[in-house]
Amino acid sequence: MRCWLLALALLAAPVLADSDLPSARWANEQLPDPRQEAAAKALMEELRCLVCQGQSIADSDAELAGDMRALVRQRIAAGEKPEAVRAWLTERYGDWVSYRPPVEPLTWPLWIMPLLLLGAGALLLRKRFRRRG
Amino acid sequence: MSRYLRFVPLAVLLLFVVVVAWRLVMPEDTKVRSQMTGQPVPTFALAPATNGIPGLSSKDLATGQPRLVNVFASWCVPCIAEAPLLMELKRQGVPIDAVAVRDKPADVAEFLGRHGNPFERIGADDESRVQIALGSSGVPETFIVDGRGVIRYQHMGPIEPGDVPALLGEWEKAR
Amino acid sequence: MIAEAGLAALWLAAALAALQLALACGSGGEQGRRIATIRAVAVAQGLLTIAAFAALVLVFLRSDMSVLLVAENSHSQKPWIYKLAGAWGNHEGSMLLWVTVLAIAGSVVALFERRLDERTLGASLGAQAALALGFFAFLLVASNPFERLNPAPLDGRGLNPLLQDPGLAFHPPTLYLGYVGLSVAFSVAVGGLIRREVSPAIARAMRPWVLAAWIMLTLGITAGSYWAYYELGWGGWWFWDPVENASLMPWLAATALLHSVNVLAARGGLRAWTMMLALVAFSMSMVGTFLVRSGILTSVHAFAVDPTRGSFILALLTIYIGGALTLLALRIADVKEGAPFEIVSREGGLVINNLLLSVILGVVFVGTLYPLIAEAVSGEKLSVGPPYFNSVASPIALALGAFLLIGPQLRWRRDAAPLLPRIAPGLLVAIVALVATIVLWPTIGILPRLGLALGAGLIPASVMPLFGRSLRRTPLAIWGMVLAHLGVSVAILGMASDSAFTKERLAAARPGETVPVGPWLVEFREVMPVAGPNWTAIEAELRASRGSGVTILKPQSRFFPDPPTTTNEAAIDTSWNGQLYAVLGERDDQGRWQLRLWWKPFVTLIWLGGILIALGGALALAGRLFRERQQRRRIEEAFE
Repeated sequence: MRCWLLALALLAAPVLADSDLPSARWANEQLPDPRQEAAAKALMEELRCLVCQGQSIADSDAELAGDMRALVRQRIAAGEKPEAVRAWLTERYGDWVSYRPPVEPLTWPLWIMPLLLLGAGALLLRKRFRRRG
Repeated sequence: MSRYLRFVPLAVLLLFVVVVAWRLVMPEDTKVRSQMTGQPVPTFALAPATNGIPGLSSKDLATGQPRLVNVFASWCVPCIAEAPLLMELKRQGVPIDAVAVRDKPADVAEFLGRHGNPFERIGADDESRVQIALGSSGVPETFIVDGRGVIRYQHMGPIEPGDVPALLGEWEKAR
Repeated sequence: MIAEAGLAALWLAAALAALQLALACGSGGEQGRRIATIRAVAVAQGLLTIAAFAALVLVFLRSDMSVLLVAENSHSQKPWIYKLAGAWGNHEGSMLLWVTVLAIAGSVVALFERRLDERTLGASLGAQAALALGFFAFLLVASNPFERLNPAPLDGRGLNPLLQDPGLAFHPPTLYLGYVGLSVAFSVAVGGLIRREVSPAIARAMRPWVLAAWIMLTLGITAGSYWAYYELGWGGWWFWDPVENASLMPWLAATALLHSVNVLAARGGLRAWTMMLALVAFSMSMVGTFLVRSGILTSVHAFAVDPTRGSFILALLTIYIGGALTLLALRIADVKEGAPFEIVSREGGLVINNLLLSVILGVVFVGTLYPLIAEAVSGEKLSVGPPYFNSVASPIALALGAFLLIGPQLRWRRDAAPLLPRIAPGLLVAIVALVATIVLWPTIGILPRLGLALGAGLIPASVMPLFGRSLRRTPLAIWGMVLAHLGVSVAILGMASDSAFTKERLAAARPGETVPVGPWLVEFREVMPVAGPNWTAIEAELRASRGSGVTILKPQSRFFPDPPTTTNEAAIDTSWNGQLYAVLGERDDQGRWQLRLWWKPFVTLIWLGGILIALGGALALAGRLFRERQQRRRIEEAFE
């Protein structure tokens, strides 16, 4: 009875993963070297899932996200630096795929903004307190 | 507050409204395009996806003649819709190869049997590796690779009747 | 019938809002009578809006499928609480809730506000009516919740399973009370600017509303964070997602406003700042409402994607915020300066507090919109996510936290006394804690390390204001401040601990196998099918043990038939020093099940901190209201 119910439950669940093939091996298996795994994990959290509504590949259940995780882990296990893997992916999908925006003329305002705001604030304060003086 | 400083918040609002209004008028294209157009096809070698049809490697795409590469899967529903159009393109003399993403040989064979086989070669991409290397973000997609192995064009989504002339045009351009 | 009655009530309320605005703008007639009429109209408007909302809730509870909204978002088999919460689990219903809170806020101000000068009150109620009018129009013209569906289907499409959770009953109403509660600050500021009366009285009128709204926002955001944490199964509690940022921005502005309004009320200082913040806070609420409903930013949380509606709200935004900021720009010169103060003083400290909060607000605002700006300017698509926000906002937040070691100790107006003895306890604990973290955990990141040190130091620093006072006669508001700041330190400790010490384990296991994670050994016992009221699931039984103590976790992979969705129900075990978090994944070809396990030490401190902050605010609010009632009574007694 239980077996039957289980089978029914499994059948009834719409397959989230579209294909029939299982996930790639390294999609959901941690690398044996903890430092490499930490580097891989950190990178996965910064890469954007291509088919989701705003999730990193670390958090997504989508198949393509799983395959991208497998790719990241394998390359890092092979000795590649995380930045190189990120660069390889942005070469293919553009800067959109990285949640960390690049530092280039287009994004200088973004990265400078906090300093600019702090500076503007400090100026405002100086003016105000000097008037007291 | 200084003469001009008091208008800064309004300026910020204006910037916000302009940018946002732009987006409302030009809605976002949510497709993630490949950035590999204009780049050489990445090196790869895939085993045959099904019995009787050879696998696909990057060398097969630099034959001196432009070829189409169709990224598809038997479990992909829109791929069924575009199958007859691929057959049509083949009839018009366009050589087409395929990358089968995450597919089982039996399923591929069944798909081809049911919808026809426009492909000369089909590579098995079980972990989406080649799909990612090409910068493809879903199935189906079609790439046009020229005779020297450079990717010249990407068509995202299924090929519809209206797309056939454009694809033919791009294929001609790649000669 | 009920739906039509609700719609009629809504139209009437809108008409009353128009009347209220007209009365406030008019200048004829006797002043006292006019203000009495405006008050009455505001109250009637509130009552009618409540009636409209009640009508919507009723049609949901009765699963009236002839109403389009019910058919699209509900199902007769749902538990009643989700039928109720489903009323606001969609765009139109939540917008009606939004407008209802707006109208109620106006009514309460109309009923109870006695401190403000009558003309200023009139102007403020007029501003509130103007706000209501625009949003009523939006509802009636572009988001009618009571639209009928003919012929009515047999049953509805059901509620998104991710929303079938107690979180939906709690999170939106709390947030809306917060967002929309700030409208009173906005309206009073506008009223004060129109009447050129920016004074402590304005601040005192605004203050309870700012406090109440801020408490609600704090609770709403804390609840939202916890809900996403346990519901989405990814072990994270904040993703800097555009919708999350949309709720954070009003909170940042409201926190700055809260501190500022106190200074204006008690000391007459920071007038321009307070008015600016009052306008900015509700503007951020409106911007947030817009971002979330227009579909211009992609998000896991977005619930309505409709550019037409987006355009309507954008128009409203431009008129309201543009109008208010123009008013501010024109009248700011008239705002009399308050009592002067030195930079080293409590006021000076609060200015720096406001500044740092505003910088964080600015950074979050720009970062959220930057992908849009970049694409508009260059055509290139890029993403701005946690790596940016974490690396930029966290240091500034830490700086603010460090400042919290000093600020509350400063004296008003001019503090020339030696500072070191007052800040020594906090500073000392922070330094000792920093050294301890270096010795005990040399490999954790710099930000979590600083967070741990700062959080530790802030605990004595928060309590310092109570020293040297008679505790029995310390005003409740001071207790509130102490508790709220204590909440901040607890939350920082939780965030730092989660960042530094979380252990994650991914395993493919067969029933009978054991997986280690952190100090735990988790035995995967069995997998079985289970069923609920409107779902079926596969449930795993995990037996986790560490030293003494065994706990059972039952994560599920749950399937809902309408609409067909699969969700992950994480199993969480909470103990005194952290949470064990388990998620069940798929089964592979070899009969092994994917398990995702986390050990998160002290992660609950994050939300506990949030609750403490809100509680501190509640104490402060209670203290103020109580004190004011006492004062009023004393005045009445004096005149007897």
